[in-house]
Amino acid sequence: MATAGAPSRQPSHQSHPFQPQPWRDRRLEIVLGNLLRAGVLFSAAIVLAGACVYLCRHAHERANYRVFVGEPSDFRTIPGVVHSVINGRGRGLIQLGLLFLIATPIARVAFSVVGFAIERDRMYVVFTVIVLAILLYSLLGSGLTF
Amino acid sequence: MREGFSNIRIGMFLEIATTLGALLGAFLATRIPTSALAIIFGAVLLYSAYLSRKPRPSAQRNLPPDPLATRLRMNGTFPDVDGPRCYNVQNVPSGFSLMFGAGALSGLLGIGSGAVKVLAMDQAMRIPFKVSTTTSNFMIGVTAAASAGVYLSRGYVDPGLAMPVMLGVLAGSLLGTRILVKAETKSLRLVFSLVILVLGLQMLYNGLWGKI
Repeated sequence: MATAGAPSRQPSHQSHPFQPQPWRDRRLEIVLGNLLRAGVLFSAAIVLAGACVYLCRHAHERANYRVFVGEPSDFRTIPGVVHSVINGRGRGLIQLGLLFLIATPIARVAFSVVGFAIERDRMYVVFTVIVLAILLYSLLGSGLTF
Repeated sequence: MREGFSNIRIGMFLEIATTLGALLGAFLATRIPTSALAIIFGAVLLYSAYLSRKPRPSAQRNLPPDPLATRLRMNGTFPDVDGPRCYNVQNVPSGFSLMFGAGALSGLLGIGSGAVKVLAMDQAMRIPFKVSTTTSNFMIGVTAAASAGVYLSRGYVDPGLAMPVMLGVLAGSLLGTRILVKAETKSLRLVFSLVILVLGLQMLYNGLWGKI
C-alpha cells in the first residue's frame, strides 16, 4: 500500500505530544477509500459470476420465498462455501462474494491500525484495535469458521 | 465514497459503540419479538424525520470547541463551495450512546441503520451534514460486518436473494456519490427526511399488521 512508505521522519514527533496533520489524515483516508472500493468491486464481480451460473441453471424454476427455510450447511460456513465453489456451484460463488464483502470493512479496520501507527497516534491505535477485536470476536465466535 | 468529506477519527471512535451494539443486537435478535421492535423503530424514524425538518439554531456554524472532542481530535475541515470549512464536534457522550443504539438496531433488524447514525452525528454531535452522511457510510460496513457473520452462520443469508440486492445497492450507491458533490445540502436533507418518513411508516405498518 502507498502509505507504507509514508514519511514519519520528523524527530519532533517523538518528543512532543501528537499534532493532528490534516494531509496525513487525507492520505490515510484516500488509501482506505481505495481499499474499500476495490474490495466491494471485487466481491461484486464474484457475486455477478455466481449469479450468471445460478441464473443459467435455475432459469426455469419458480421462486418460492413464502416459507423461510434456513440455508443448508454448504452456504453457512467458510469451509462449506469453499467446498461448493470447488464443485462449481453458482450459489457457492455468490456466498463467497458476500464473504469477501464482509471481509472488506474488516480489512479496512486492520489497515487503519497500521495507518494510525504510522501517524504515531496511540490513542486511535487503541480505539481501532478495540473495533478490530470486536469484529473478530463476532466472526470467530459465531461458528462461521467451522 | 468521496475523499475529503468523511472523518476517519470520528468514524473509528464511534465504531466502538456501533460494533458493540451490533453484537448485542445480533444476540438479542432471536429473543425479542420482531414486530414490537418494528413498531418502536418506526416511531423513532418518524420522530427523526420530524427532527430533521425542524429549522436548527442559527449559531450552527461557529460553535466553540468541545473539550472532550478536542482531546479526541475529532474537529476537522471539509471542502465547501467557498473553500475548506472548519467544524467543531459537540456532545460526544450522547453521540456515542446513540451510536450504540444504532448498532443494536442494525444487529437486530439487519439494516445498516445509516439514518440513525446520520441523526446522531448531525443532531447530537452537530457535525456538518455532508460529513455526517459520508462518515456514516464509512461506518455502515463495519457495523454490518459485526452482525453479518452471525447471520451467515445461522443460515439466514439466501444467495438467491442476496445477489440482486447486493448488485442493485452497489449500482445505486455509485450513482449517489456522483450526485453528492453537486447536490445542495438543503435538497439532500429533504430527500433524507422523506426517505426516513417512508421507512418509518413502512416499519409501523409491518409491525402492526404482523408482516415481519
